[in-house]
Amino acid sequence: MMRLEQRLTALKVPHDLRALGQDYGALIALILLIIFDVIFTKQFHSLITVTNLLVYVTPTLILGVGMTLVIATGGIDISVGSIMGLTGILTYLIFSGKWLGIHNIVVGTIVAMPIALVVATLVGVFNGVLVTRFNVQPIVATLISLITVRGIAEVTVNGFQFAFLSAPIVSWLSGNLFGFLPRQVILMAVIVAIFAWLMRATAFSRYLLSIGGNQSAARLAGVPVTRVLITVYAISGLLAGIAGLAFIAFNSAAYPVTDGLGKELDAIAAVAVGGTPLTGGRATILGTAIGAIFIQLLRQTVVSLNVPDDIASVIIGVLILLAVFLQRPSKA
Amino acid sequence: MQENNLLLQMEHITKRFPGSVALSDAYLHVERGEVHALIGENGAGKSTLIKVLTGVYHYDEGTIQFDGRVGAFQSPQQAQRQGISTIYQEINLVPFRSVTENIFLGREIFRWGLLDWRKMNAEASALLERLHISIDVTKPLNTYNTATQQMVAIARAISFKSKLVIMDEPTSSLNDDEVAILFTVIRQLKEEGVATIFVSHRLDELYAICDGITILRDGLTVDERPINTISKLELVAKMLGKDLGSVQQSGQTSFDASRHQAGEEVVLEVSGLREGRKLQNASVKVRAGEIVGLAGLLGSGRSEVARAVFGADHVDAGKIAINGKEVHFRAPEDAIRAGIGLCSEDRKADGIIPDLSVRENLTLAALPTLTRYGIVDRRQQEAIVDRFIQRLGIKTSGPEQKIRELSGGNQQKVLLARWMCLNPRLLLLDEPTRGIDVGAKSEIQKLVEELAESGMGVLLISSELEEIIEGSDHVVVLRDGITVAELPHKDISQDAIMTAMAHGEGYASTGEAL
Repeated sequence: MMRLEQRLTALKVPHDLRALGQDYGALIALILLIIFDVIFTKQFHSLITVTNLLVYVTPTLILGVGMTLVIATGGIDISVGSIMGLTGILTYLIFSGKWLGIHNIVVGTIVAMPIALVVATLVGVFNGVLVTRFNVQPIVATLISLITVRGIAEVTVNGFQFAFLSAPIVSWLSGNLFGFLPRQVILMAVIVAIFAWLMRATAFSRYLLSIGGNQSAARLAGVPVTRVLITVYAISGLLAGIAGLAFIAFNSAAYPVTDGLGKELDAIAAVAVGGTPLTGGRATILGTAIGAIFIQLLRQTVVSLNVPDDIASVIIGVLILLAVFLQRPSKA
Repeated sequence: MQENNLLLQMEHITKRFPGSVALSDAYLHVERGEVHALIGENGAGKSTLIKVLTGVYHYDEGTIQFDGRVGAFQSPQQAQRQGISTIYQEINLVPFRSVTENIFLGREIFRWGLLDWRKMNAEASALLERLHISIDVTKPLNTYNTATQQMVAIARAISFKSKLVIMDEPTSSLNDDEVAILFTVIRQLKEEGVATIFVSHRLDELYAICDGITILRDGLTVDERPINTISKLELVAKMLGKDLGSVQQSGQTSFDASRHQAGEEVVLEVSGLREGRKLQNASVKVRAGEIVGLAGLLGSGRSEVARAVFGADHVDAGKIAINGKEVHFRAPEDAIRAGIGLCSEDRKADGIIPDLSVRENLTLAALPTLTRYGIVDRRQQEAIVDRFIQRLGIKTSGPEQKIRELSGGNQQKVLLARWMCLNPRLLLLDEPTRGIDVGAKSEIQKLVEELAESGMGVLLISSELEEIIEGSDHVVVLRDGITVAELPHKDISQDAIMTAMAHGEGYASTGEAL
């Protein structure tokens, strides 16, 4: 009897289109878009456009991974774009010898990256402390960081608008493996894979999902709520730092005023399209990855069809809405 | 009772919700200028009745007559215009606006088309003056403490020149002096011919201020009379639906307390616990292998004791000792490490993580023991889950089913298993059988029994006297946050428990019953 019941419920799922849309909505949308592109645009006529797409999407996607974790706890982190800007300029200032006086560029790079990443993580810890210890709402806490961190990034260069980079890390990161695979893309894939696995295997992942699902119950089940939340914001900060490094490597330049500007919104959109509800309690890292790629490909498609910019934005907005609509929970 | 002296007449009120009947044939009569108590245990239908009266809910059957006007109010606004003001337990004012704004919200005074602040401030101050409160009325409400905010809510209510003021547990956040002031105000209102419906769980307060009383149970009115004609004990018996002096029927639950043997070892010893006004001097002792029933009326501080022991709430004073060693838990995780589990009263709000699976919910508290370097040992986890699904007979399509899709009884079994898999030395069960079907209820009672037999100490909180009486080796009765009786097994009876609930006074901690 029991087994029969199980089989029946297993059978029901593919029949239920709504459930299908909920689980695979982003993937279906992406596949439809790729089919459209293959037929109507020249997007996929060379491998370079595919790798370019992935390079473009790398910073957003890395931010998206951290954002997925934060949103799964029921919070949000809008400071990540500013953190990207700060880590970029910080790295530049150190390995160019302007700070700390290291004039060997290799040594400078080795020193610069960990420092930048530690600073990025500390901003995340600061966010987490505001949210947990001082009960500041996540959007307000990270808004404070968004403004302050961007300000600090601008102050460090005293009004200089940009800094040109030429460092081994830049050429290495933007270089290719086997002649066609950009290392940044590999970095991104590794991060996605690690976090997708962590979200399956660790107790930490269950903790953050239970906090997002029912914080009061989680606390009573012994979940160390404060520690978990601070760690989640710290991870988001760290990933924003890595995204910042990938971004300056791609641009070969650091612009503290504009680097990462608005990127937090791209990341949030990727999370939403990917199927992680903004109410918390559920998370899909792979979904976010698909969501980010979908949005980027959509942009490129619209551009390659020579649609005017203003109309393009409207089309993108509507299609994102459609993707989100596809996967709304069955009990609305 | 003269007909024309009746201000409010509610007859045969029935209110159905999808899947349940909240009120069936409830009635309520309030005379002009009367202070009327409305009491009942959890789920008796007090709030539903009030919401029906004030137009928040539409009722299915019955009649309402208020001040000569027949028919229901369509909205709380209409009820207010007709002379009913309500003060809810959770203060529903606007925290960031000034005291004056809160008092005059929705009926501001204008002069030449502009807000007349001077007049409103003066009137607000005058209103509060009546309550013996002088504060700066132009400051935001949230700059004042809860008691003052409560007084502002009361000032707002009386400023409507209402004929009836409904106070839903108005004293829960007030101290004794403030309660005295509130009573003076209620008496003033009475002199002016204003009636009050007073909802409270503190019996002493009811007898101090009320003229008449209506007792609700399971959605219907079980008694209505002048308060000086009913004793506290009768009142408690009516509220719980028990007859005084009646011979107890046995075997109403699946408990059988004679089966377990209490060990010598004292697992939990709580003494002199204080927390605000909720706990004033609570003491409990639980030995290994025994079930201690924690009885008391709604609001007597039962859950607060359990939460304090579990490190979920902070207490102002008192001693908590586990296995003879005094402890100061800062969070539930500390208590869990010390071998304690808590099944909380509100399964939905404090128990399940709705979107996670049965497996994840069941092992949430056990995760620290199932991980190595932070990674969950999936095989061990699944083995535990399978074992408990089988042992407790949890009806689920499989361990991966989301817990929110399970029935209440099966959710409760998962939550019990959450603690059982840790094999705790002390289990705190807050209303473990509330709101679940009869079959599951009996299974859970048997299970709790087995746990005690295996040597676990169990603190059982229940509003059902049968469970307490048949399940406990020992009963502790709380009244207004004070432990008023400790009944050994031979002295446990319905009458003894109800007497303690009604009359119990604080006693010296010698362990003597009354």
